[in-house]
Amino acid sequence: MTETRTTVTVTVNGRAVAAAPGELLIDVAERAGTYIPRFCYHPRMEPVGVCRMCLVEVEGPRGATLQPACYQHVNDGMVVTTDSPKVKKAQEGVLEFLLANHPLDCPVCDKGGECPLQDQALTHGPGETRFVEEKRHFVKPIEIGPLVLLDRERCIQCARCTRFAAEVAGDTEIAFAGRGDQIEVAPSPEHPFTSVFSGNTVQICPVGALTATPYRFAARPWDLEQVESTCTQCAVGCRLAVQSSGNRLTRVLGVDSDPVNHGWLCDKGRFTLDAIDGHEGSRDPLDPSSRITSPLVRRDGTLVEATWGEALARAAELLGAARAHDGGVGVIGGAALTNESAYAWARVAREVLGTEHVDAQYGDGLDARRVLALPGATIDDACAARVVVTLCGDPREELPVLFLRLRGALARRGHDLVELAVGPSALHPLATVSIPVRPGEAHRVIDALADEGRAPADLALDEDARARARELLGDGEGVVVVAGRTNLAEDPAVVERALTRLAEALPRARFLVASRRGNVRGAIDAGLAPGLRPGRVLGAGGRDTLAQLAALREGAQRAVLVLGDLLGNVLDRAGAAAALERADVVAVTGHGGATLAHADVVLPAAVQHERTGTVTNLEGRVTAVVPKIVAPGAAWPDVAIAAELARALGAELAMDSVEDAARAYEVSTGYPALTVLLDATSEGRLAGSASAPAPRRPLDPMAFPGIRSAAWVGLGESAGDVAESAPPLAVPPLAAPALADLGPAPSPEVPGRDAYGLALRVAPRLYDHGVAVAGSPALAALVGPTEARLHPGDLDRLGLDTGGRLLVRGAGRTLELTVARDAQVPRGVLEVAFGALGDGGEDVNALADPDAVITQVKVEAR
Amino acid sequence: MAVLDAPRIVTSRLAYEDSHTLARYLATGGYAALRKALSLHPEQVAAEVDQASLLGRGGAGFPAGRKWSMLRPSEVAYLVVNGDESEPATFKDHLLVERDPHQLVEGVIIAAYALQVNRAFIYLRGEFALGLERVQAAVNEAYDHGALGRNVFGSGFSLDVVVHPGAGAYICGEETALLEGLEGKRGFPRIKPPFFPAAQGLYGEPTVVNNVETMSNLPWIVLNGGAAFAALGAGRSTGTRLFALAGRVNRPGVYEVEMVKNTFRDLIYDPAFGGGVPGDRPVKAFIPGGVSAPWFGPDQLDLPLGQDEVGAQGSMLGSGSVVVLDDTSCAVRAAWRITKFFSRESCGQCTPCREGSGWIERAMYRLEHGGGRVEDLDLLLDLCDNIAPGLTWPPQQTTICVLGPSIPSSVHAAIEMFKDEFLAHVETQGCPFD
Repeated sequence: MTETRTTVTVTVNGRAVAAAPGELLIDVAERAGTYIPRFCYHPRMEPVGVCRMCLVEVEGPRGATLQPACYQHVNDGMVVTTDSPKVKKAQEGVLEFLLANHPLDCPVCDKGGECPLQDQALTHGPGETRFVEEKRHFVKPIEIGPLVLLDRERCIQCARCTRFAAEVAGDTEIAFAGRGDQIEVAPSPEHPFTSVFSGNTVQICPVGALTATPYRFAARPWDLEQVESTCTQCAVGCRLAVQSSGNRLTRVLGVDSDPVNHGWLCDKGRFTLDAIDGHEGSRDPLDPSSRITSPLVRRDGTLVEATWGEALARAAELLGAARAHDGGVGVIGGAALTNESAYAWARVAREVLGTEHVDAQYGDGLDARRVLALPGATIDDACAARVVVTLCGDPREELPVLFLRLRGALARRGHDLVELAVGPSALHPLATVSIPVRPGEAHRVIDALADEGRAPADLALDEDARARARELLGDGEGVVVVAGRTNLAEDPAVVERALTRLAEALPRARFLVASRRGNVRGAIDAGLAPGLRPGRVLGAGGRDTLAQLAALREGAQRAVLVLGDLLGNVLDRAGAAAALERADVVAVTGHGGATLAHADVVLPAAVQHERTGTVTNLEGRVTAVVPKIVAPGAAWPDVAIAAELARALGAELAMDSVEDAARAYEVSTGYPALTVLLDATSEGRLAGSASAPAPRRPLDPMAFPGIRSAAWVGLGESAGDVAESAPPLAVPPLAAPALADLGPAPSPEVPGRDAYGLALRVAPRLYDHGVAVAGSPALAALVGPTEARLHPGDLDRLGLDTGGRLLVRGAGRTLELTVARDAQVPRGVLEVAFGALGDGGEDVNALADPDAVITQVKVEAR
Repeated sequence: MAVLDAPRIVTSRLAYEDSHTLARYLATGGYAALRKALSLHPEQVAAEVDQASLLGRGGAGFPAGRKWSMLRPSEVAYLVVNGDESEPATFKDHLLVERDPHQLVEGVIIAAYALQVNRAFIYLRGEFALGLERVQAAVNEAYDHGALGRNVFGSGFSLDVVVHPGAGAYICGEETALLEGLEGKRGFPRIKPPFFPAAQGLYGEPTVVNNVETMSNLPWIVLNGGAAFAALGAGRSTGTRLFALAGRVNRPGVYEVEMVKNTFRDLIYDPAFGGGVPGDRPVKAFIPGGVSAPWFGPDQLDLPLGQDEVGAQGSMLGSGSVVVLDDTSCAVRAAWRITKFFSRESCGQCTPCREGSGWIERAMYRLEHGGGRVEDLDLLLDLCDNIAPGLTWPPQQTTICVLGPSIPSSVHAAIEMFKDEFLAHVETQGCPFD
């Protein structure tokens, strides 16, 4: 009998330590309480052993030799000494070498006070320098990308940034150049460092070599206070440390959450701070870069400032009048709110306004009931899956850190990607099988994958790819489907039908629904969706957003309560504007936007980093959001606005605080709102999962500098230190709708393909025209050019190449657009970015026919 | 007296102008060894090499036969020839690639056959323009001749050889950096363990990396037998070796010398070799095995040219480069120049080598050119110790690869042997030899 060894014993400084075979010595020693200094080592990247700071003595066949602890996989019987004079001399020697060419910039360096080099020079350095030579000089600093500056004099060549770019993000825009002590990190001569993950290199830089333009010289770490919170820019729910100096947001750093973001953030989540505290923004309430700081009421056609009492009274008057009519009022929006706010508004809608017409999505998502009914998968499940299937937009544009997680998983052997390629995707290079899917075809492609026999000829499926995909998918065991809205100019019924069919054909597969908006999953769970009640309970149907807009245009609905910026987020802006123009509109929002042109009452709300509560990410994980700054002016948290509006309408929600709302939500539905709220620094809980949350990883301050250095305030203490858990509440089990409860998904009627036209795909991009980007000068400059992307075959047919001009006619409008060649766009498809503006300032969304299942456009080369 | 009766093993064709051509090679017995090898079982060929005790000629002196036997069994394995000779005063492979490229190619084919690998790479220093041209021509001729490609000489064995030029970095002579370079990456050495080439080499597959001269010995060994090779020299140091003799000698150049039977004195003074020091000046010191080797003084001139004999005295035969300093040579300048080379050629990957080499070079520059301080001597020794702890031989290292511990050798030796000269530099704030 052979026994598989599950633990080995390592001797560290004479003490026996148990470890898993193959664990890194540096981690094993740290767990046993022996800290080994390090610079290049980062627990979220492969070790390289280059800085040599972690040299320790390891016994070997030739006696004890100095070995880098970050590069040693432990084995049974390993004997290690970390505190001998030889080790101390080697470590001090390395530190002295590192400081030899390092400039004495500390007094003017942003990293000063939170610098691993400073910290470890103090703990493991020789104390004084013997270096009397001239130090190395470089021009400082150089701009290597739009958000990142590089001071090569400060660089210690740890390769964290270059490894992050190449290994984690898959960007090769920065790399080493030169050699010896003239070696430098250099940007690619052709491509600036435009990675959407560039800020991570700044965060993990162990010296002040990389600095981010928005934070440069903005603060000193000892002046900063911070809270641990969750990003709500998209539905990944990255954990972060939000730091401010006084009431001004200065910086956001990624916190290493094992199930979610591993410490990484995208640049949008990291750098959108100006949009929140609005100090650079405009004062015009129609401008998305402005903050709404006072209640506004329309008088004589103009929005004017009002008191809360006046504004609430007017809002109650309008909504109260409308609720008297059957179907007279509805609620649109709310995907950017906390769970508690969404719950409060869901109750206001049902109990106070008496309406089922509620929808947090702007017609840009999938049927909420079907999303909840699919067998769910977590991000970790997707990363562990044997086969990942993608039927979604480019995850790097829509859910950036999900892309990082999937990329890391799929780059390993034994993990395959079956890509249902609706358009360009940063995951495409990792696909084992890539099957082009044109608008209106997803459900038929799934049929062809599921069924025996010949595939319909018009799908132009590659038979080899189909066979390979079928083989990989099997019965769905080990398969996770990452599914989302693939095309905003396509009836969601196409993807809904495809997913339902996929769930039938692969009974063992699980689904990670990649809905993109911040807390859209939490809003749905809380009942801000037609046909759903708070706590994932199926209820009577109501109008979704598009149906409400139609009803408003037709006069069947009189008033609407808008939670957020409807016009900035809806595909058919003209149709929505016409609807709002006819309606009584009460808008609850923290940011300005075009919606407010039609608002009768505007109630100013607190936004991200100003509010308490919980949010739910795309996998159903509930984590806490914690306020760091006070909302400007008279803005209130949504829960308070909901409660006061209810009172003004003569109802009592009994929610005087967020905690009240969380308690009511949890006690009545089993949704873990209060549990998480009271345990704000935990990894959160999967709603509906009985299993206890995993213990947190301890924070490695050398890996994530800047987090230990700022003072923790507010709910909970530091990331990496586990807070006392609240006693469990007596709650009912959370509801779990199943596909079987919903009946078959309706089959969309897709018109025949127009041989002379192209099918339109409209897809969101990370740097869009939304509030987060428009309000942040650093990000606003990153919005890409407006272009129509076409397959090279289609461009050749038109006699055009990248940069050429194309007349595009769709939905009765004609736009002239610049074209770009993109082999990842399926043949027969024309792709534009959601919300992009044509050369004449026209809205490219207008090319889409809002009433059609798919939009076909006619094109003509100029 | 020098022992000169050994056969010329790798330099037998150098008398011919056209020694690099296939015609001359065939006329002088070329590719006969390959035909013989192909008639033997691959293991028999390897056994001959093992019996020959052919020590690797690249610097480390590891027995080629043992290196071959350590190759991890695998479906795919590679043979890589290290021809990146770029150390100052080391130029013996340079001669072989330019003057007898077919001998190298035949050696490569024999080795590949013995190892049963079907793909070999000859990595040549990029500055060897003529060598690259001639080795590539020899490879092309070998293909035409049937000695390379599918079914070599009808034996059923197939081999492809790729000649790859280096891009101008000394570090790519370090075998793992060379493999990185072959893979198209920056020449950063890999960490051993786990990246011993025999286990995880080129593209992660087991790989044998051998030196040009090592390969060039193989045709003779196959033709004459491992025992005949082992009969030359003594102990583990068998056969002949090329020595690149440089510095203060009357006849600098490359000499093929039977190992152990001859001494450094023979190499430097015998008329067949160096022919003595110009002006009959006394030898002050000599570098026995390339600029990364610790120096020897005149009392070690009678040491035999044997690997273990030199090793026991605290240095190495290394790359076969012998550099002579006489009493007009400045030890400080010599050590500074060597350090400058290593400082420029450090790959920059790991801290002690990157920063240490530059620091030591700058301190040595000050000592040589004025600005030296007495305390610089202790400082230099301590910096050396921080790269090669204990300053032992063979060295320990805080660095990833052996370029690091190559830096202290000359500085340490110069300070130990010529401390007075250093103090004179400090005293005069300049070089007394100027």
